[in-house]
Amino acid sequence: MIPEIGQFALILALVISLIQGTLPLVGAAKNRTQWIAVARPAARGQFLFVITAFFCLMQAYVTSDFSVANVAHNSHTLKPMLYKVSGVWGNHEGSMVLWVAILAIFGLAVAEFGSALPPSLKARVLAIQGLIGFAFLAFILFTSNPFLRLDPAPLEGNGLNPILQDPGLAFHPPFLYLGYVGFSMAFSFAVAALIEGRVDPAWARWVRPWTLAAWCALTVGIALGSWWAYYELGWGGWWFWDPVENASFIPWLVGTALLHSAIVVEKRDALKSWTVLLAILAFSMSLLGTFLVRSGVLTSVHAFASDPDRGVFILLLLVFVIGGSLTLYAIRAPGLKGGGLFAPISREGALVLNNLLLTTGAAVVLLGTLYPLILDAFGGGKVSVGPPFFNTTFVPLMVPVMLAAVIGAMLSWKRGDIAAVLGRLKIAFIFALIGVGVTSFFAGTLKDVLAAFGIGIAAWLIAGSAVEIAERIALFKGPVANSMRRAAGLPRSAWGMAIAHGALGIMVAGITASSAWRVEKIQLMQPGDVVEISGYSLIFEGAKKINGPNYHGDRGIFTVTKDGRTIAALTPEKRDYPAERSQTTEAGILTMVSGDLYAVLGDKNQSNAAWTTRIYFNPLVAWIWVGAILMAGGGVVSLTDRRLRVGAPKTARQKTRPQPNPVGA
Amino acid sequence: MTAKFSLGYFLPAILTIVLAWVFWSYLGEIKDGKSIQDLPSALIDKPAPTFKLPGISAGDKGFDSADLKGRVALVNVWASWCPPCRVEHPLLMQMAREGIPIFGINYKDKPDAAMRFLTELGNPYQAIGADRSGRVAIDWGVYGYPETYVIDAKGHIRYRHVGPIMPHDLAEKIRPLIKALGK
Repeated sequence: MIPEIGQFALILALVISLIQGTLPLVGAAKNRTQWIAVARPAARGQFLFVITAFFCLMQAYVTSDFSVANVAHNSHTLKPMLYKVSGVWGNHEGSMVLWVAILAIFGLAVAEFGSALPPSLKARVLAIQGLIGFAFLAFILFTSNPFLRLDPAPLEGNGLNPILQDPGLAFHPPFLYLGYVGFSMAFSFAVAALIEGRVDPAWARWVRPWTLAAWCALTVGIALGSWWAYYELGWGGWWFWDPVENASFIPWLVGTALLHSAIVVEKRDALKSWTVLLAILAFSMSLLGTFLVRSGVLTSVHAFASDPDRGVFILLLLVFVIGGSLTLYAIRAPGLKGGGLFAPISREGALVLNNLLLTTGAAVVLLGTLYPLILDAFGGGKVSVGPPFFNTTFVPLMVPVMLAAVIGAMLSWKRGDIAAVLGRLKIAFIFALIGVGVTSFFAGTLKDVLAAFGIGIAAWLIAGSAVEIAERIALFKGPVANSMRRAAGLPRSAWGMAIAHGALGIMVAGITASSAWRVEKIQLMQPGDVVEISGYSLIFEGAKKINGPNYHGDRGIFTVTKDGRTIAALTPEKRDYPAERSQTTEAGILTMVSGDLYAVLGDKNQSNAAWTTRIYFNPLVAWIWVGAILMAGGGVVSLTDRRLRVGAPKTARQKTRPQPNPVGA
Repeated sequence: MTAKFSLGYFLPAILTIVLAWVFWSYLGEIKDGKSIQDLPSALIDKPAPTFKLPGISAGDKGFDSADLKGRVALVNVWASWCPPCRVEHPLLMQMAREGIPIFGINYKDKPDAAMRFLTELGNPYQAIGADRSGRVAIDWGVYGYPETYVIDAKGHIRYRHVGPIMPHDLAEKIRPLIKALGK
């Protein structure tokens, strides 16, 4: 009964989304207020029915209703409750329901909190959201129905792939989708603005919080995914340039560029058509990712059930959404001329550089991901593009981004004085030199020298962000109370930027150190054997049998000592999941500021009761995820900025800025 | 709206159409049977290609077509730089423990990286041939990595699996086939 309610709710949502996607659009064009007024109740209705469907599916998972095919294929009665719930989105059909549920939540948010928006813009934004919802609901109902029944119902389900049964991964998809779908807001605003023919600072102020929120969620989602790969896949790596990882990274790069270019539109009324293009591309790249993962065009570790029929549907959807919006862009964008002029050396100039490099980076990653497909389509044979391609093309592009991030943040608008800024950054430069100097002092190889520059860049970002804040609050230049008062008065967006840029530095330090100075030891160990690694001694105490709720396996115990004192125990596991007929490794990890001790239990040698063990020391590796989370935190701080909360207030700064000059229309 | 029109602005839309066409032709191929999973090889039910490969390190015994005669066996194409290879590795280890003969073609790999992969994760292979130039993989029609072939006792290719072997592939396709061929 309940699954049927869910299915019915989805059908109703489909009908409502069609109304939401058409009537307000026509109403806004013909100036019919009653048609425009349909948008808000429609968004509410879509939210109500999609959420109903989502909870109906969740109910089927929580109660293990195996008469629903989707549940039978992906769940099991013995699975812990957390994974029954997360199992809802651990498969293709359910994840699409989560996708439209998040879309509906965003739609509701615009309908309820968008009262300060011009009515016609709001109606158009909601209509575009409605059309996107319609496309995805149709996709679910016609190709991926999660509520299909099985008759007779099996007594037990197939279970969820055990490597996905993990708290980190339970929350990885929702964050990722919050990011992807969040970019649909920027997209809807961009398309609505193109239809209206005007893009002004008020528009940018509306788009920025949505983009920022989506970007924060996407940052957290990607970080969770990479953290999971690090501790679950058991070989100590955390990023593999796998096509599906790239599929989430490309929208992140474009979104980051959008975040920065929207500032220019807001503050300086320039870069309009470029920003609109980025808003369209950020969401387009999210859709492309969905297509690549689910159509079976690319194979990867992410084994979503792939199906060419679904692929055809998503491809049509892609052509419709991306092709349609870009054609609209091609027609309307030439009319969007910016007002603010600026010299190459200026805050705007730095942001343009940031945008060029970030989008080139995104294009490079996209090319590396699709190159095998494109070459094959033109009859060029089969190739595979591996990490070396990405490391040699992408990384050098990001170096100037990071160098310029610190300088750009201190340049003034319109025309900056780079010599003065560099003078103010003396301290940061000294820190960077110390970073390079100290690390290259210990360097032995070319790789170490390159790594020394990585550490230098990290120090530059962290110290540069600190200098920026210190200057703005006049730290050490007067009474502390004065600085405190200035710190409290500083706009949240300034804090957010400094935190995010500094966090990037922390991440760079983690990435550099863990890839350049990782130590690994592989050996056969009998109980009592000791391995020495990076100043730590690991004593293998032996292994014992364990039994979990839906698995059994072996747990190795290592006692970690440093300078004769016991500091921790590591307990790596090898698990066997009988229901899913598969095994997982759970690494034993001791996370410290200086780095991670990482132990993996291998196979038991049948003849002499020794175990293969792998021990790694990954220096500073936790900094990667601390940096990523802090970076998202910087975004959240920036989101609480007064100017975004209040909508479009008149701030002091606006007096010096030319009045927005609506173009076109 | 000024009546401006600029061809440059159409570039993103044109690129999108080109890309969509690439995907379209690709999906068409998949539908026509060139599916990524279960890709039926042109070599299905034909003898495996003749080849002779050296071992990974200088002293190792290599792998050649003669090794495949006489019993049902798997041929697995892998590389240390390929993440999905690591994902399927425990299943290969499990099959090796059950006594199913598995042969490896180590594709475009560095010898020390390949050896480290095997010391880390275990060696399920009876013999490994190092295909450093990728020439033999072309003869087999290898599409992506990893890739696995089921060879019958006469040395004919009977099944081809592209991508990592997942537990259900093993249970639903590979194991039943090995069982049927072994009779």
